Amino acid sequence: MREFRYVITDNEGIHARPAGELVKLAKTFTSEVKAAKDGKEADCKKIFALMGLGAKKDQEVCFTITGEDEETACEALERFMRENL
Amino acid sequence: MGADSMKTYSGKSVYGGIAIGRIHVYKKNESLVRREKIDDPDAELERYERAKAEAVAQLKSLYDKALKEVGEVNAAIFEIHQMMLEDGDYNESVEHIVRTQQVNAEYAVASTGDNFAMMFAEMEDDYMRERAADVKDISERLLNVLCGSASGAVQTEEPVIIAADDLAPSETVQLDKDKILSFVTVHGSTNSHTAILARTMGIPALIGTDVSLDGIDGKLGIVDGMEGRFYVEPDEELLGQMRRKQQTELAQRELLSSLKGKENVTLDGRKVMLYANIGNVKDMSKVLHNDAGGIGLFRSEFLYLESDHFPTEEEQFQVYKTVAETMAGKRAIIRTLDIGADKKCDYFGLEAEENPALGYRGIRICLTQTDVFKTQLRALFRASVFGKLAIMYPMIISVEEIRRIHEIVAEVKAELTESKTPFGDPEQGIMIETPAAVMISGELAKEVDFFSIGTNDLTQYTLAIDRQNPRLDSFYDAHHPAVLRMIAMVVENAHREGTWVGICGELGADTELTEEFLRMGVDELSVSPNYILPVRRRIREINLEA
Repeated sequence: MREFRYVITDNEGIHARPAGELVKLAKTFTSEVKAAKDGKEADCKKIFALMGLGAKKDQEVCFTITGEDEETACEALERFMRENL
Repeated sequence: MGADSMKTYSGKSVYGGIAIGRIHVYKKNESLVRREKIDDPDAELERYERAKAEAVAQLKSLYDKALKEVGEVNAAIFEIHQMMLEDGDYNESVEHIVRTQQVNAEYAVASTGDNFAMMFAEMEDDYMRERAADVKDISERLLNVLCGSASGAVQTEEPVIIAADDLAPSETVQLDKDKILSFVTVHGSTNSHTAILARTMGIPALIGTDVSLDGIDGKLGIVDGMEGRFYVEPDEELLGQMRRKQQTELAQRELLSSLKGKENVTLDGRKVMLYANIGNVKDMSKVLHNDAGGIGLFRSEFLYLESDHFPTEEEQFQVYKTVAETMAGKRAIIRTLDIGADKKCDYFGLEAEENPALGYRGIRICLTQTDVFKTQLRALFRASVFGKLAIMYPMIISVEEIRRIHEIVAEVKAELTESKTPFGDPEQGIMIETPAAVMISGELAKEVDFFSIGTNDLTQYTLAIDRQNPRLDSFYDAHHPAVLRMIAMVVENAHREGTWVGICGELGADTELTEEFLRMGVDELSVSPNYILPVRRRIREINLEA
């Protein structure tokens, strides 16, 4: 299992467009990808769940990735978050 | 229809222009969903799967349509709608309802849609609350396929003003543009996809309008997108006035359609870069709408003026990235902070000055408060990865200033490399707006990629005339030979060093001077978006060999 934490810097938080892109990216990996915030957890391959987290600017989201390609997935997701959110 | 029955409403305009025509009240195809018992859940779910496939196909073609009409950024919503339709939780919910309650797919979709919309409606921030509309939109689409009814079509002969409670993005993009003069909605926000789409499509539109839709269907209406007014049953006087206003606007639009997509080329084949000057991200749609080849001057001040603190690197990065991505490979020149005692923000703590035009401003602030400057540079260099950004420094008077800027840039790049943050390699140029810069333009040209001549300040500093003082009008000559000779001199000196030159002041849009500028060899003209096409028309009439 791999894990990383990220504090949202985008003013609008995880809104529709980046959420869509994040889901697309998460789906390219076989690993399970979860995002958690304030005790709520969401499957990153499901757009409603992800948007439902309501992650906003300055809030910390914790990502856990479990599976065969967790190494590459973790790296790609972390880069995506840094560049887009 | 007399003066006494005229009603005036106001709304927030999301796009200018005037529309006069019959009002058509758009009613959603809210198919009444009935709960029906079914015997074979598998067959029902198969029916659901087929409907879903059809809905996804519809969204794909809407995406393609929107991509062509309004660009990738605005089309993305239809891709997100596809993902929503394919979302695991949504589909599980539908399946669960069909199986456990033994009911029809329509009912399962409607309940699921309501539940998911509720989740968004209960969220804290406005943006997420508005997403409830997206959920309703995809559920409606599924229902329409399941019930076999078409949605969105407006059955009218003559073009109409669409009035609605709210319009979903898919509804706006499906509207047959030839039949739509404008739209007016009671709800909606400037953030909504609909507002953004409307702006990009160039349809006059009002949102948040205080109108009651009852009884206005079929009546004559006027939408004034410039003033944010909606008139129902206007009187003759207003009608005449609005027709004249509309004609002026239409003349501009005709010019637009006949010149859109044409090259900025003279009769003898000289090509010129014709860019737009803007002061806010909000103006980006005007840049695209008027067919500018790039952005020649993006004033970054709004970031500072609209803020109550020094804008952070991330805040700036997001804005510059949006600009770079929206311009999709076209050049966008961003001018670094050009603030001074006349345009100030409290948090800068600038002291009042006797003579702000000659005071602590522009690059002088940046080279003194280098932390503020570096924050902006870091954001700009990072955003350059996403498109063709260029950076322009204002108020330069010496070679030493540019060398100092280069040192600071080198520090910024080293820091970014150190933290493994990706950054691009934007072109860097300077504003030529002081007589000093003109005189040493040969030396300055060796240090930078491009020049942009700011004719407003250059004229003011050269003639020693304050443009704000009306008593000086009789002394002022916008075409003063001193200024024109300075421009010629700058172009000559720059070209000797292989540096290209643009004009981004008001003179750039002065069509009486276009020919003279081209003869001088000016490479680029940057003007307000609404001057792009008039200047293009002028360029296309000029024959430099004649």
